[in-house]
Amino acid sequence: MNDASPFLDLDPGGPRVSVRFDGTDHALPEGANLAAALLAAGVRVFRATPVSGAPRAPFCMMGACYDCLVLIDGVTRQACMTRVTDGLVVERAPGRDLHDG
Amino acid sequence: MDEVDLLILGAGPAGMAAAAEAAGAGLVVALLDEQARPGGQIYRDVTAVPPARAAILGPEYRAGRPLAEGLADPRIRHIPGATAWKIDPDRTIAYSVDGKAALIRGRRLLIASGALERPVPIPGWTLPGVMTAGAAQILLKQSGILPRRAVIAGSGPLLYLIAAQMVRAGTPPLALVETQTRGDLLAALPHLPGAIRGWRSMAKGLGWIAELKRAGVPRHRGARDLAVDGAGRAEALALTAGGRRRTIPCETVLLHEGVVPNIQATRLLGLPHRWDQAQRCFVPRHDRWGETPLPGIHVAGDGAGIGGALVAELSGRLVGLCAAAALGRLDPVERDRRAAPLFRTLARERAVRPFLDAAYPPGPQTLSPADGTIVCRCEEVTAGEIRRHARLGCKGPNQAKAFGRAGMGPCQGRFCGLAVTAILAEANGQSPDETGYFRIRPPIKPVTLAEIAAMAPTGPDKDSA
Repeated sequence: MNDASPFLDLDPGGPRVSVRFDGTDHALPEGANLAAALLAAGVRVFRATPVSGAPRAPFCMMGACYDCLVLIDGVTRQACMTRVTDGLVVERAPGRDLHDG
Repeated sequence: MDEVDLLILGAGPAGMAAAAEAAGAGLVVALLDEQARPGGQIYRDVTAVPPARAAILGPEYRAGRPLAEGLADPRIRHIPGATAWKIDPDRTIAYSVDGKAALIRGRRLLIASGALERPVPIPGWTLPGVMTAGAAQILLKQSGILPRRAVIAGSGPLLYLIAAQMVRAGTPPLALVETQTRGDLLAALPHLPGAIRGWRSMAKGLGWIAELKRAGVPRHRGARDLAVDGAGRAEALALTAGGRRRTIPCETVLLHEGVVPNIQATRLLGLPHRWDQAQRCFVPRHDRWGETPLPGIHVAGDGAGIGGALVAELSGRLVGLCAAAALGRLDPVERDRRAAPLFRTLARERAVRPFLDAAYPPGPQTLSPADGTIVCRCEEVTAGEIRRHARLGCKGPNQAKAFGRAGMGPCQGRFCGLAVTAILAEANGQSPDETGYFRIRPPIKPVTLAEIAAMAPTGPDKDSA
């Protein structure tokens, strides 16, 4: 999670709020698209698939592929359809144990 | 239940233009859209984009702003953040906003649900770091972020556009890997004279290619056997071009083999679809006013057949006029007078399509993925497994669900449906029309039981006419 982000942020200014993802705290732009903000923060793997435990991350960014599923307040949600708010606690969506295959 | 004159699903160019045209004729309009701001994917967040980002995105993107601002008309109720999960032939939509469900009905209904990226099943396409080119565009438009070390791969004008935008932003792609061949270009040449009528689109595309050339972005044309390599994430794209196998190290791979109509809503409605061989996708049947065989239900925009943003806008306007006339707010003669220039511009804008469709066809891996390649991302079903289903007697996608769960995951076939149809059609020696598509059932987006339970009881509705 501490890797330099593979993404360039054109507008890094603006207010940031604290979001916890999978146990790690991130300062993300308030009101941003959660999937985009986590990608920009260097998060590369969002979940493991229920079938094989393969790692997945956002693929379509338009609410169609469901690869960015996360767990918020016990509800499975699409990170790309969720806004960043202060104090958001995001967990990995239920799946098999992550493998590196 | 809410009732309006024209109910529209999707606030892209088609939906926004239909709303403006209908409201201008005095209709009460409701416009449901999943996103927080209007624009669809093509004009995503166009009303909120900072100037520097707008400059990178270019004039074609900024052109969407007046359409989005047109939604301020008091006769238009824009309902953002709305997830439609059930749509009935009586033109009622069940939707949720912030976890609250509601019903709304239109005297006319327009499905303007736009396009999806065509599935590009290549080895490694499920790895983190692999995204659609459209996803990269959305990240740029809405969030102002761009991949630093990306390879763009596939076929179609959108590849040049996103690559040119990355150049303007100062993070040029490491390479542009194109699957179309010289043969495709030759096959497209007979369509060139017709395409001249749409010369503006052609000039734009050539401009983007010139930008890439000036920036020194390497292009690999006629690329075959694409594969994303990496342990747990994308680390390189491998390909064969010019008789040579090469591997391009990268962090992000952006895939694109064109876009196809998003037919979840029209399939859910049970509307008839036909296979469009030129665009290699299913399109809902409709007349020149976008009207489908179901009374009062229209389609417009890319969801009615891929034509791009301007075609979408024009087709949306036609639906607005048609709805106004059908509901007695516009004299049919006046409808035709207003529609005539729209039909003329539409013909001009569509003229470039046959050339583009032939010059940038989906690559061979997209049309017939190798056995070991995952086709259904959700259930991790490979092309080889689908072919094995066919050998055991599986004739169509709905049977394939029972054979091996393809299409039964959360995306409900959005990113495997066309590939499953193509593989079964080829294996069984049938046409795509004979092979068919997944049957789409509600809910087409996830909805909690609590949301359904909390809905106001609807019972026999005495208020509705």
